[in-house]
Amino acid sequence: MQLTQARIARPQRRRSLTDVQIQVLFIAPTIILLVLWNIFPLFYSLYLSFTEFSVIKPDVPPAWIGLQNYNKLLNDPRIWQYFALTGRYVVTSVALQAIVGFGLAMFLRERFKGNGLITTLILIPIMMSPVVIGLFWKLIYNPAFGIFNYLIGYSVPNSGPDWLGEASRALWAVIIVDVWMWSPFVMLLCLSGLKAIPDYLYEAAAIDRASPWFQFWRITLPQVAPLLLIAILFRTIEAFKTFDLVMGLTGGGPGDATELIAVHLYRAAFTRFTTGESSALAYIILVIVIAVSNLYVRSLNRIRGE
Amino acid sequence: MTRKLGLLSLGLAAALIAGCAAPAAPAAPAAPAAPAEQAPAAPAAPAGVSELTIWWAEWDPANYLQELANDYAKEKGIKVNVVQEPWGTYYNKVTAEWAAKGTGYDMVVGDSQWLGQAATQGHYLDLTDFMKEKGLDKTVTPATLLYYGTYDGKYWAFPTEGDALGWAYRKDLFEDPAEKEAFKAKYGYDLDVPKDLLQLRDIAEFFTRPDKNLYGIAIYTQKDYDAITMGAQNFIFNFGADWKNDKFEVEGVLNTEDAAKSLELYRELYTKFMPPGLSNAFFQEMNDAFISGQAVMITNYFAFFPALVNAQTNPNFYDKVGFFSTPAGPGGAQFASLGGQGISVNAYISPERQQAAKDFIEWFASKPAQEKWAALGGYTCNIEVLNSDTFKKATPYNPAFAETMNFVKDFWNIPEFGDLLVVSQRELSKYIVEGKGTAKEALDNIAREHTEILKKAGYLK
Repeated sequence: MQLTQARIARPQRRRSLTDVQIQVLFIAPTIILLVLWNIFPLFYSLYLSFTEFSVIKPDVPPAWIGLQNYNKLLNDPRIWQYFALTGRYVVTSVALQAIVGFGLAMFLRERFKGNGLITTLILIPIMMSPVVIGLFWKLIYNPAFGIFNYLIGYSVPNSGPDWLGEASRALWAVIIVDVWMWSPFVMLLCLSGLKAIPDYLYEAAAIDRASPWFQFWRITLPQVAPLLLIAILFRTIEAFKTFDLVMGLTGGGPGDATELIAVHLYRAAFTRFTTGESSALAYIILVIVIAVSNLYVRSLNRIRGE
Repeated sequence: MTRKLGLLSLGLAAALIAGCAAPAAPAAPAAPAAPAEQAPAAPAAPAGVSELTIWWAEWDPANYLQELANDYAKEKGIKVNVVQEPWGTYYNKVTAEWAAKGTGYDMVVGDSQWLGQAATQGHYLDLTDFMKEKGLDKTVTPATLLYYGTYDGKYWAFPTEGDALGWAYRKDLFEDPAEKEAFKAKYGYDLDVPKDLLQLRDIAEFFTRPDKNLYGIAIYTQKDYDAITMGAQNFIFNFGADWKNDKFEVEGVLNTEDAAKSLELYRELYTKFMPPGLSNAFFQEMNDAFISGQAVMITNYFAFFPALVNAQTNPNFYDKVGFFSTPAGPGGAQFASLGGQGISVNAYISPERQQAAKDFIEWFASKPAQEKWAALGGYTCNIEVLNSDTFKKATPYNPAFAETMNFVKDFWNIPEFGDLLVVSQRELSKYIVEGKGTAKEALDNIAREHTEILKKAGYLK
């Protein structure tokens, strides 16, 4: 009798942990880490953005100054200059990545010998560290011995432009590297979209004697558009915070020619140590990124709704 | 989807203000000099202190210091641990400890620019009385004591690792009879190590032969941290200008006609006589330009010269390299931008540990310890060691280093130096590399913005 009771009691003890509790146990570590590493810093930096504070002056507590940091930043013409530069960089770079990436995906959709190998080779740039890429593209751009000028027709050393040293070309130099590095990412997403298009759509179009151009506009592009937009969205967000590539290639120079907003934010936060002001700048960037992201998401939803 | 993207974007914001690294500085010298005598007996150990911790950046001199400190352990029985942190995160680590008023270190070998911040905010112990009483202030060159150790008239650090900008040149070309003859014919004086910055320009021009991929000079242009400011300020100082006067006034002190001429010269060297593609160049690019045979003269910190006399790293020219100090300006003023660091005591540790740290510094400052420091490869600031024949003959760059240690000069070292540095980096890069505006406009812009920063910080009314 006692043995029977003990047998019954054991499973009861096990059941004392409910499914919900088990779920909580599994989720809690993630939530705690998320709160500690993301949510708390996020809100604390929001608070700091309304204060005058420098992290290297620990004895001087944050002093509440309301919207002064935002006011100062939004009325600083140099900040707007950096935003405009960043906008130019983002639009040009992401547009080129979309075109090149989509083109590569169209090419690799065809089945031919060595397709897998070429796909792997094309994907190599996205696996590399941006700092390493910055360092070796510096050599590639070198007017004395770099291969870039040679490939575009300057066969005599030192006869071509100094891509990183001339203000009019430096931004383009960064864009070219960014496109080289990230077009494969766009290609990868587009390729998965292209491969998911059912063959019967093309077969039906062929029966109707639709031209390849018509098939592209009416079948291929609409089918790939959601994935293409997601790729563009991710790349836009990433391009907005481009930092390591610029530091590796130009350091933001010459002058201010490649001083993107993330590079400027780094200087404010970690060279000038104006923690309050840099927090405010980070939030301004955040708002802009969210606004741009929302435009994309609306487009995406519209496409999906069709 | 929208909500997910919102979260994604929020995460991005946190990442935007997260840490990014500053440039690193690598390897150091291999300067000899045998210890002449036994190190003096260390003072009695303060009660309860059996171990001391020194923080320094991760590079060869820190290893040398550890080796030297092992002798201290043998003599005194106090183990000294030199804890190394990569250059990129070193400052962040130290400032985090300051913020926490932590006792993680007993001594720290810190950059000269930190002095103002550490002194005014109470992180470093005031070493004035100690250094004067023990006579340590008399053992090092006045310039190193001023810039590595002094802030607001008080001593906060003992000069430990000296460093400054110097020059390397191709001795084989300078000593070539045909080159000498051609040079004299063109410029009217003998080709030799330049005596002033105008001769430096002439030599750079003379050796610039793009058809042979040979260029006269390579100078700092990098905008990332402080390189272009350090390079250009040599010229600004030596043309008779300065960042400020004793009253912290900048207007009329920095933006002078002479200073404008100095920047025009710097830009001329960059645009006409420097290998192409060095628009964002710092120590690595300088050594690369020399080792590849592209540049006849380069500027760099002395800490990076050992690679040039090493047959493995500089196989073509390791035995054809000479060194000289930064030449004077046309008016005779001669200064060199300093690097290097001094050792300070943590103000938050117990008085016993502070005393133990002072005892170590006293031992470290002794001549035998400094001789061994130099022998291990550390760049000593000790006057006697610097002037000794043993030291000067130890490496080809030591004579220039010893000379330079007498006229080093720093950028700002007040707590606001970061604010001031961003402005000078931007404006100097804009004029020198980008070619935008004039030298005078660049200096006027710097002077105006520096004045605003100094006014806001209360140094100026």
